[in-house]
Parts: sequence; structure tokens; C-alpha cells
Amino acid sequence: MAYLIIMFPLLGFLITSFIGKKIGDAASQFVTCLLVFASSLISFFYFFQFIKGSEVLNFVIFEWISSGNLNLNWSIYIDSLTSVMLVVVTSVSFLVHVYSIGYMQHDPHKPRFMGYLSLFTFAMLMLITSDNFLQLFFGWEGVGLASYLLIGFWFKKPSANAAAIKAFIVNRVGDFGLAIGVFLIFKFTGSLNFSEVFQQIPSLDQKKINFLGVEGGLITYICIFLFIGAMGKSAQLFLHTWLPDAMEGPTPVSALIHAATMVTAGVFLVVRCSPLFEYSDISKSLIILIGASTAFFAATVALVQNDIKKIIAYSTCSQLGYMFFAAGVGAYHIAIFHLFTHAFFKALLFLCAGSVIHSLNEEQDIRKMGGIYKKIPFTYIFMIIGTLAITGFPFFSGFYSKDAILEATYFSPNNMGGYATVLGVFTALLTSIYSWRLIYKTFHGTYRGEINKYKKIHESPVIILLPLFFLTLGAIFSGFIFKDIFIGNEHQDFWQSSIFFKDQFILKHPPLWFLLFTPVCGLLIIIGSYFIYIKNTHILENLKKINQPLYNFLLNKWYFDEIYNFIFIRPTKAIGSFFWNKGDIKLIDGFGPNGFAKIIKSISERAVLFQSGYLYHYAFVILIGLTILLTYLLL
Amino acid sequence: MSDIPILTLMIFIPLIGVLFLLFIKGDTDFVNKTSSRVAMLTSIITFFASILILKNFNYLDAGFQFVEQHDWIVDFVNYKVGIDGISLSFILLTTFITPICILATINSVRDRLREFLITLLLMETMMIGVFCSLDLFIFYLFFEAGLIPMFLIIGIWGGEKRVYSAFKFFLYTLFGSIFMLVAIIYIYIDAGTLDVEKLLNIEINKDYQKYLWLGFFASFAVKTPMWPVHTWLPDAHVEAPTSGSVILAAILLKMAGYGFIRFSLGLFPDASIYFAPFVFILSVIAIIYTSLVALVQNDMKKLIAYSSVAHMGFVTIGIFVFNKQGIEGSIFQMISHGIISSALFLCVGVIYDRMRTREISHYGGVVNSMPKYATLFMIFTLGSLGLPGTSGFIGEILVLIGAFKFNYWVAFFATIGVVLSACYSLWLYKRVIFGEIKNDQIKNLTDLNKREYIILTPLVIMTLVLGFYPGLLLDLISSSAGKVSENMINYMNISTYIK
Repeated sequence: MAYLIIMFPLLGFLITSFIGKKIGDAASQFVTCLLVFASSLISFFYFFQFIKGSEVLNFVIFEWISSGNLNLNWSIYIDSLTSVMLVVVTSVSFLVHVYSIGYMQHDPHKPRFMGYLSLFTFAMLMLITSDNFLQLFFGWEGVGLASYLLIGFWFKKPSANAAAIKAFIVNRVGDFGLAIGVFLIFKFTGSLNFSEVFQQIPSLDQKKINFLGVEGGLITYICIFLFIGAMGKSAQLFLHTWLPDAMEGPTPVSALIHAATMVTAGVFLVVRCSPLFEYSDISKSLIILIGASTAFFAATVALVQNDIKKIIAYSTCSQLGYMFFAAGVGAYHIAIFHLFTHAFFKALLFLCAGSVIHSLNEEQDIRKMGGIYKKIPFTYIFMIIGTLAITGFPFFSGFYSKDAILEATYFSPNNMGGYATVLGVFTALLTSIYSWRLIYKTFHGTYRGEINKYKKIHESPVIILLPLFFLTLGAIFSGFIFKDIFIGNEHQDFWQSSIFFKDQFILKHPPLWFLLFTPVCGLLIIIGSYFIYIKNTHILENLKKINQPLYNFLLNKWYFDEIYNFIFIRPTKAIGSFFWNKGDIKLIDGFGPNGFAKIIKSISERAVLFQSGYLYHYAFVILIGLTILLTYLLL
Repeated sequence: MSDIPILTLMIFIPLIGVLFLLFIKGDTDFVNKTSSRVAMLTSIITFFASILILKNFNYLDAGFQFVEQHDWIVDFVNYKVGIDGISLSFILLTTFITPICILATINSVRDRLREFLITLLLMETMMIGVFCSLDLFIFYLFFEAGLIPMFLIIGIWGGEKRVYSAFKFFLYTLFGSIFMLVAIIYIYIDAGTLDVEKLLNIEINKDYQKYLWLGFFASFAVKTPMWPVHTWLPDAHVEAPTSGSVILAAILLKMAGYGFIRFSLGLFPDASIYFAPFVFILSVIAIIYTSLVALVQNDMKKLIAYSSVAHMGFVTIGIFVFNKQGIEGSIFQMISHGIISSALFLCVGVIYDRMRTREISHYGGVVNSMPKYATLFMIFTLGSLGLPGTSGFIGEILVLIGAFKFNYWVAFFATIGVVLSACYSLWLYKRVIFGEIKNDQIKNLTDLNKREYIILTPLVIMTLVLGFYPGLLLDLISSSAGKVSENMINYMNISTYIK
């Protein structure tokens, strides 16, 4: 049965790509939705099995690579961690499939779109059900491919194409790190199978290697390289630049791939490799540093963006940072818990944004929105719920997971724990501000778009609202229901061996002021930002004027793209041209074949002069020759 | 089975086809049609012959099988042929690609079609001969004779600068081969035999090994091609007609890789170990340098040609790390590159036949008029950039894993190539396929026709099958590659070396 979870989406992809045109749009949509629904049912089945305490399942499908001591299979491996991911991936994927029917109704390429969504789901499932690093890598690059195809889905748009390539290549940079981590693992353990590798880790604890001239702990090296991979996929600082651009893709894609599932693969990787990371404090500190910095950085940028999807994209980036620093302090289960709740409320936010965009006839700029909550009441309510969840409003899902993260960092023995706590709390406040700014600017105040458009604003159809409704349930209840199972005192019973804690993880209770600080501030911010963004907008204008450089700095996303363009992209092209024109053409060809040809030509031209045809020339040469010969013989 | 000289038969079936082709007479239409059929039939029979051999091949035997031996020049040259898993995989590649090439030729070459087909079939004989030879002299004959048909293909049916390119190709490779000839002569004088099987068991004087190794290296390096003797390749590809490019990329280049494994490693193990760092440096430069050069090309074929050089860089790295993953990976990479790069050249051919230009800037938005073509081109592009699930991935990953065991620096820099290959491949794809329709010509393009489908489909299937089930090829080469690797590791004699 476990095979079917994976095979159904693959089947959906194959059907739509081979006979999608023949069976028509409706049939393609129906088939893909049904198949993903089926695999989500099976996923829930396994999930509940694991809640009851099932054994780890491991099936081999068939042999993949066998070369020397490298033996790998295509396989399905399901433990508690995988089962959680299965539920997240298949259920969000199913809802997004359904949503897409409504959202893409005017698109001429529906079967292709549904096919790509199913392909993505397949690759993501391969990633999470892998029992070895290489199949994980297969899924890892596979989701990258699906992401590339879907970002560039509207292939006529140059910006979409550019964003698609950017996403793939930045991810490849991350994959480069992941690959090197995997190679190191294989070199020293002789295996790429998770359980075989993890068994050997304790014995490699003290091993030092000299990698590219730098001496360091083996496990630290492995972890850092794996983490670079995770940074690429999960859009962490320095490798985050592709995620905001990825919003060029259709909104359902942003919700599924760039919010709920694919971008969390990095977190999944770190948690899956907890037996490795637990042995490297340096890399854990690095994860905290990067995670917390990303959380902060992305939140600051989200404060001033005007594209509704970009705000949510930066918010995703920021929330992923939370998950990472949670993992960094060793609270892997809390990281996964946040991943779980985040999947629901972030998918919800994105799909609501999609609904807004759909209602406003493809308008994405929040400066041209406002005062439309009466026109699209359902979307409005759903979005409010999503916002309450993300800002950690008490008893909504985000409240449980985010607070747990901050508590874990508060008590972390790691020297970066303090850094993460301060930034984490501060970022939580920023999160509230940008989230409510989004709500107020989009739905409240006065309408700022074109007047003739205003009349056409309409609520989205049921097929769009229905998935929103189910996600809303997730955004409200997923925290409350699953908190005891995932992060309660008995969490070990659920996670079993899928998460490794070197020292037992006990959640202590922080002082009351710490617990109350963020929710109270969150409440104040709801009111405060209403005043700033709706009532007294001139306060904000003045603030903007006074801090113009800072504002521009944030608006331009800390100038990362410009810097990268300057130090990577332009030099690469310049070096390429240099190698080609100066290296190949001038140097190698110039001195090589063409040079030889020239020399031979000039020599032969001179040689030709000898054959002048005049008898006296030849007689003269013979005479000289004779003279030299005689002289030589006589002396 | 054992009494039939099946290898010899397979080598010379294409020549029999050539004989038939020579006798076809009549008006042009008739000649073209009949010769197409004869050539097609010949190549398909050859393909089945190779499949028959595969069926009777013993996977577990690491030595040479189907060995045939006849005196040619007594005490000097034996006609000796035989195959192991490594040679068989290249033979299969040859017999698989040749019918595809012939099919691609039939409609796109218009003048002197019969002569073109003759050169193609001649090529096939030479190439199979190279992979079967178990006598250095015979090997040299086939190896060099293969130059002539290729020279003719570029020189006669090529583009505008065909004569320059043909001579550049010919002289470059001939230049390298002279050194190999000298080395072969020395081996004969020293060892008294040119029989490869015997030579593999003789230890050649260590002092001379280095010089002999360099002699062979000169020839193979040019043919691989390795940096900095690669500049003939882009020119040759650009000028060659589509099927010429395919043969060149798919098989001719592989003769060098095969030569490295069979002769450089087999005959001169000490020298190979001695020179390995030198090979690594050249290969790493090849990977990074040519990838960057590929990035800035304006001509599609040139871009793919440069990417070939980068891909072959992985091959040479894999061979000279001597471990099993490295050697198997490099063989896999060669076969995979044979399939994928031929497919890419064929894809360029498809639109070149319609648009008569290879300039990237003349394209854009092709997907709008040729969606099916766009899909296939995408699969090959992904194969070329080594996406898991395609054959390109397996070769690269095995080579890199092998390299990593050997030396971090080499593997690290080679891995950078993986990022760069994504850059140039996807950028090419985007500029040609995506975007708005650039001009009316593109608007009126027709999607793949039946013949083009028949040409490209087997290549798609092989790319994906080898990606998901590489055992198909790995099982075939496993024992022979294992033997080569074990032999090398014995020579290295380093106890810390991890197998």
C-alpha cells in the first residue's frame, strides 16, 4: 500500500502528460485530484498508525545503483517523521490541486499544470520516503525541477523564465553543498543508507580530516555541507534570493511548493540527519546563526514590500528561519511541529492571497487595494484566521509551535541560544506588524485601485473557497490537537528513533513574563498597526521620509540581488568571454594549429624562392656546396 | 555459437552494405531511395548482431570473450579480436547510434546521399573495429582509419568553413596519433608482440613506461578532447552536418576514453599512477574553463560542443582515480554522453533543418509552435545537466564519488562543474524555447514529424531507463571494470587507499 502513495501522483503526471490533451481539461483535473486524494488518504492511515505506535516500514522497490561498495535501492521508508511529512505534503497538495481547478480556469494549459503539480508531489514524496541519501537527492533535485517548471509555467513572461532559472541555479549551488556532504559520508562510512550511516557516526565523533587545506572535525564538515544544501532549498540567508522571485509562478504553486512543502525540505533534511547534527556543536551554532538571522532579515524586508505575494514569500523565508534555529538548539521535534502548523497557515495565506488576486483581476500590488473586505468576505475571514495563526495569537496553531520554539531557545545551552531568543522574539513582533499591515492595506481603508475595476471585484468560486476552508481548520486546530503528541512530555513515544536526541530533551517552563510577552505585544500590534496603516498614515510617511536610506535598504531587500549580480553573474560571463576569446581563439589556436599553419606557410614560401628556375642560381648553390664539402674533407 | 566468427561478422557487415551501395545504379531518386534502404537495413542487422552477442555474453567473465585470432603478417601482426564488458558497451552504443544517424541523414542530406551513407557505414566498421581489436596494430589501423570518413563528412557535407575545420580536425588528431605509433613500434621492439592479451600480463620497463604513456596520451588527449587540445572540436561540430556531429560526439570521442582504460591503464599502470595528477589538473581545467566558455557561446552547436569537453573532463577524472566507482562512472558517463549529446545535436538539427540557422539569438518562443519538440529537448537538457533520474546523473555521481575517495581538491572543483552545467544548459534552453515568439519564421514552425519522433524516442527512452535502472549497463561492465580497477589498486600498493 505504501507504494501507492508515491505511485498515484506519478501516475497522475504520466496520464496528463501522455493523454492529457486527449481526455480533456476536466478529466485531467479530475484524475490528478483523485489520485492525490487517494495518496493523502493512505498517508493519513500511516500517520494514525504511527500515533498508535507502529513499527518503521521499509520496502525495497528495486535496485538502483550498484557499483563496488556503493549499493542503493529505490525504496520506501516510513517512520514517524516521514508520516508527518506525508500528511503535510499530500493533504496540502490535494487541496492545492483542487484550488487550481478554480484558479487556472482561464489558462489554456490546464493538463500540463495539473501534471506538473503531480510531478512535484511525486518528487517530494520520493524525497521524504527515502531510506538513503541518494534517493533523497533524487527527490531533492526532482522538486527543484518541478519548481523550475512551475515558476516558468507562463513561459511567455521573461520575468518568469528568469525567476525559474534563478531558482534552479541557486538551488544547484545548495545542491553542490549537499552533494559534497553526501560524498564525505560515503567516503568515511562506505554507505549512503541512513540507518547504516547513523550507526557509524558515534565512532567517527573525534575524527579529524584535512579538507581543502583546512583541518576540522569530519562530522562538522559533513553537517555544514548538508546544511548548505538545506539553505538552498529552504531559502536561508545568502541563498534566499530565488524565493521572492519564484512568486512569478501561479499562486497555487507558491502555496504548495514555495510555502508548505518544498522549501521545508531543508528542515526535513536537518531533522532526518539529527544523528549527525547532534555530534557537531559547531554546525548547530551555525544553523542557529543562519536561521535566526534569516528570520530577522526576511521579516524586515517583508515590512516594506508592496507585492502581496512577495510579503508572504519573505514571511515564509522568515518562518523557515524559525524552524532552523529550533533544529539548531536541538528541538528537532518542535521544528517539525512548526513545519506542520506552518504548512497549513502559510498555504492558507498564499491561497487567500491568490483568491484576492483572482478577485481583483490579477492585481498584486497592495497599494492598489483597500476596502474590499465587504466584497470578498469569505476570503477576508480566512485570511484573518491565517494571520492570527502566523502571528501566534493564543490558541491558534502558530501560537503553540512558535512559543515552543522560543522556549526551547531560551533554555538552550548553546552559546548562540541567546542570539536566537532575542532575534526570535523581535522577529515575532515584526511578523505581527507586516502581517497586519498586509490585512489592513488589502482589505481596509479606502479602495486605491482603478474605479472601474472596483465594480468587478467578486468573491471567488466555491472550488477556490473550499480548500481555503479546510486549510483554515488546519490553521486553527492543528496546533492544539497535535501539540501533546508532537512536543508534549511523551513526545519520544511518537518520534521513536526517527529523531535522535543526544541528551534527552526536556521542555522547561520559562518565566511568566517571557510567555506573555509575545502574545501581549501581538495584541497591541493589531491595534497599533491599525492606527498606523489606516487611521494616521502620515505618521508612517514621516517615518519613511526621516529614514529614507533605511527604507530603501529594506525595499531593495538589503541589495542582495545587486551584490550577487556584481560579484557572481557579471564576472562569470566576463571570465567566460575572456577564456573563449583570449584563451581558445588567441592563445591555443593562435599558437597551436593556426600558428603552425602560418609558420609552415612562411617556410614554404621561402622554400619556393629556392626553385627560381634560373640555371645560374642552381649552379651557384652547387658550387658553394662543393666548396664546403671539399673544405670539410680536406681539413 | 563458438564456431561462428561473430565478431568479425559484425565488424564487416557494414562493409558488405557498402559493397551493395557501390553497385546501385539508376537516376538520383532511385539511388537515394535504394541506398537509404540498404544502409538502414545494414545498420539494423549490425545492431541485431551486437544484441546477439550481448545475449551470449557471459557477464561474470572479466576476461576477453569471442576471441578470434588469425595470422596476418607472420610474427608481426595478428588479426585478433575479442571483447569484454567494457568494449561491448561501446559496441552497443555504436550499433545503436548508427541507425539513428542514418535515419537522420536520409532527409536532411540532399546531395550525394549515397556517398554519405557509404562513409557512415565505413565509420561504423572502423569504430566497432577499434573496440574489438586485441592487437595494437589492428587497433591503430582502425583508430586512424576512422579519421578519414569523418574528414570526408566534414569536408564535403559541412558548412561554410568546412575545409578549415576538416583539416584542423584531421591534422590535430593525426598529430597526436604519430606519437602513439612511435610508442606502438617501441612496444613491439621491446616486448616482441603486439597482442594485447599478452601485453596486459607483461610488465613493461618502468623507465620507458612514462614515455610510452605520453605517446598514447598525446593521441587520446586530442581525441577526448582534453584541454588545451580541444579547440578542433567546436569547429568540427559547427561545420559538420547533424549526423556527423552525432557520430563525432557519441562515438569518436569515446574511442579515446576507451583507449585510456584499455591501454594507458592496462599497459602502463605505473606511468598512469605517476601522471594521474597531471590528468586531473587538465580535466578540472577542462570542466570549469569550457563550462564558462560554453556559457557565452552564440552558436547552439558550439555551446553543446564545449559542454562535451566539460563532460569528458569527468570521464578522464573517473578513469584516473582508478577505483571501481570512478572507472564504472566514467564508462557510464561516456555511454550516457553518447546518448544525450547525440540527442542534443539531433535536436539542434531538427530546428536547423527548418530555420537554417544555429544562432541562438535568432530563436525564442519555439515552444509556442513546437510544444512536443520542446518537451523532448527539455528531457535531454536535463540529462545533460545531470538531473537525477537521467543517465547523466549516474555517470557524474559515480565519478564524483570515486574522485572524492581519491582527492578532495579534484572532486571539489569537478563538482563546481555541476553547477555551471545547469547554468549554460538552462540558459540555452530558455533563449531558444521560452519567451514570446520572436519572428514569423518561428511562428510557422511545424512540430516534430514522424521520422524525427522515431529518431528521438529511443534516445529519450535510453536516457530515462539508464537513469532509473543503471544496472542495465553497470552489470555489463562490472566485472571487467572491476578487474581494471583491482589491477590498478594492486599497483598503487598503498595500504591506506580505500577500495
